[in-house]
Amino acid sequence: MNKIKNLADLKKLQSEVQSKIKLREKGDHPDMLVQIKVSMATCGIASGAKETMAYLIEELEHQGIDALVTQTGCMGYCYAEPTIELTIPGQPPVVYGFVSKAKALEIIEKHIKLNQLVDGIIPVAYSTIDNH
Amino acid sequence: MAEYNMHILVCGGTGCKASQSELIKANFITRLNEYGLGDEIQVIMTGCFGFCEKGPIVKILPDNTFYTQVTPEDVPEIVDEHIIKGRKVERLLYKDPETKEFVGDSKGMDFYKKQIRIALRNCGFINPENIEEYIGRDGYAALGTCLSEKTPDEVIGIIKDSGLRGRGGGGFPTGLKWELTRKSVGDQKYVVCNADEGDPGAFMDRSILEGDPHSVLEAMAICGYCIGADKGLIYIRAEYPLAIERLKVAIIQAREYGLLGNDILGAGFNFDVEIRYGAGAFVCGEETALIHSMEGKRGEPTVKPPFPAEKGYNGKPTNVNNVETFANIPVIINKGAAWFSSIGTAKSKGTKVFALAGKINNVGLIEVPMGITLREIIYDIGGGIKDGREFKAVQTGGPSGGCLTRSFLDTPIDYDNLLAAGSMMGSGGMIVLDDSDCMVAIAKFYLEFTLDESCGKCTPCRIGNKRLHEILEKITEGNGKVEDLDRLRMLSTVIKDTSLCGLGQTSPNPVLSTLDHFHDEYLAHVTSHKCVAGQCKALMHYSIDADQCTGCTLCFRNCPVGAISGEKRSPHYIDQSLCIKCGLCFTKCKFDAVLIA
Repeated sequence: MNKIKNLADLKKLQSEVQSKIKLREKGDHPDMLVQIKVSMATCGIASGAKETMAYLIEELEHQGIDALVTQTGCMGYCYAEPTIELTIPGQPPVVYGFVSKAKALEIIEKHIKLNQLVDGIIPVAYSTIDNH
Repeated sequence: MAEYNMHILVCGGTGCKASQSELIKANFITRLNEYGLGDEIQVIMTGCFGFCEKGPIVKILPDNTFYTQVTPEDVPEIVDEHIIKGRKVERLLYKDPETKEFVGDSKGMDFYKKQIRIALRNCGFINPENIEEYIGRDGYAALGTCLSEKTPDEVIGIIKDSGLRGRGGGGFPTGLKWELTRKSVGDQKYVVCNADEGDPGAFMDRSILEGDPHSVLEAMAICGYCIGADKGLIYIRAEYPLAIERLKVAIIQAREYGLLGNDILGAGFNFDVEIRYGAGAFVCGEETALIHSMEGKRGEPTVKPPFPAEKGYNGKPTNVNNVETFANIPVIINKGAAWFSSIGTAKSKGTKVFALAGKINNVGLIEVPMGITLREIIYDIGGGIKDGREFKAVQTGGPSGGCLTRSFLDTPIDYDNLLAAGSMMGSGGMIVLDDSDCMVAIAKFYLEFTLDESCGKCTPCRIGNKRLHEILEKITEGNGKVEDLDRLRMLSTVIKDTSLCGLGQTSPNPVLSTLDHFHDEYLAHVTSHKCVAGQCKALMHYSIDADQCTGCTLCFRNCPVGAISGEKRSPHYIDQSLCIKCGLCFTKCKFDAVLIA
């Protein structure tokens, strides 16, 4: 990575990154690329988020589903760890709580493959700086 | 395979489940099947919406209709009217308390405004180990703007106008602190990030560092630009290994991208950050003790003045801010002081992150605008008290704070109101207590913590707190006298007035505030030797009800000290002189024959 030389460079990189994320959201093949974020703060990891993430990666690969599994910080739902956020291209993200391996499999089988929601969604209950 | 084109979300939180939300779900499925719509509309049970006061909640997607206080009997009407005919059932819609109008689309509900994520904007959203994701979310844009378009004084002006106050507890105006450090003369200055989060039950700073480390680095660089420092230090406790790891990754990436180091963004500004590890002493959250610890000296506080802004790390002007304070800075620069100060109350602007813990359903990390009430936090966001028990109090401010009782449920929360109520904002731990919590025991718990954490430098804190603790111990063991309550109060006042640093000056707060708000409970402990909450074991009295006892010998066999005697099939008896009040007989008895008084 070359160093960012000035503000214009930074802005350029920012728009590049944003379009990359957008591309990731829309996808080259929109039916395929699913995005999963696993909440991996200390609390999540203590509740088994690492195992959940490893299982998701393994199972999705095993089933040949093109998905992007990444880690993220604390979503704030400590009572429901491990938590994941699932984004199917073109649809609003959905957060699931208490994602054990069994739950993860159910999410893959039903939500990702059949586009059905699964019990255990955590509803959004906050506003962000973008919409405030 | 059917593709569902509509979803009915039924809340499966504890509160809503208690109000028959499972039956609601079942009724929906039955009714939909009657219309043959089972393949087109999916009914889903969700986690808690957090709006338990108005539960059970039913939300219909994709039109975002939000129904409140739905009963199983309402289901046919919702299906017939909303699903079949496309008309919303108005009487079940959420009614805006101010305008008295029904809100059809939940996006317009003020409920979503109860939490605004500013400091937590990227937590749980970006990958904290990827700087590009941060940059994609306006990351380092604030630093860029400051360096190329604004003078340090202009930036300080923005922070001052925003009304941001220190989130570490004291609430000192951040802009003013920066200005003081800027005006101090020194050949070298430092920016210090205080990440020594030590209150029991608090994890706001850890979550920010784990979820969004770059926001802190960016803000430190902005601070460095403003005060004229080229060196930043993060003081973090070694107990936070993941936060440290993510910070290290973030620092390396920021250097690679030229966002830390020399000549940042071609503006001729140099700034770099180093991590310093603390050993986890609570007193090192106090800024002078923190600085001494970083210098390699004992983590002990010294008298202020001189303030760190004049003589701090290595005797040089130093600006110390807390993690959450820093996390707010980039947003303030990007969105402006006016935007930030439009949130909150007259004297406390913006939001505060709280770690919600204790006897509450939705334990978690929340970020709420200043001025929100405890009632909203506990019942609208927190999902109410666990197991449907009675709310008793909330402990804020950790070992330096106090308890807020039922009468404060509707007080807007900000720095000044909390202080007036005998507590403090503190760093943001919020522990909810219910009627099974003994307030004397709570005060004792926090005092034990302070006792462990007192550095021992000054006498009032070292010896005074020890004596306070002894009195409390005496009370919880049933040996307290009425005079002890006056002694508690007098000693507390002396410790507050004469201690050297914030730790000692605030350590009696949990005692004083429980004494004020729960005087009856203290009195019951010392006069009738009773603990209403049933927590002080020494004050409990176990006996066996001869009428209920079947003589099954279960308690006899389980008693660890052999205090129970009796023949098979005849009533047993507890020898009070031997009983250690462990409660095992009570839990083991299958016939409710063991009585607690």
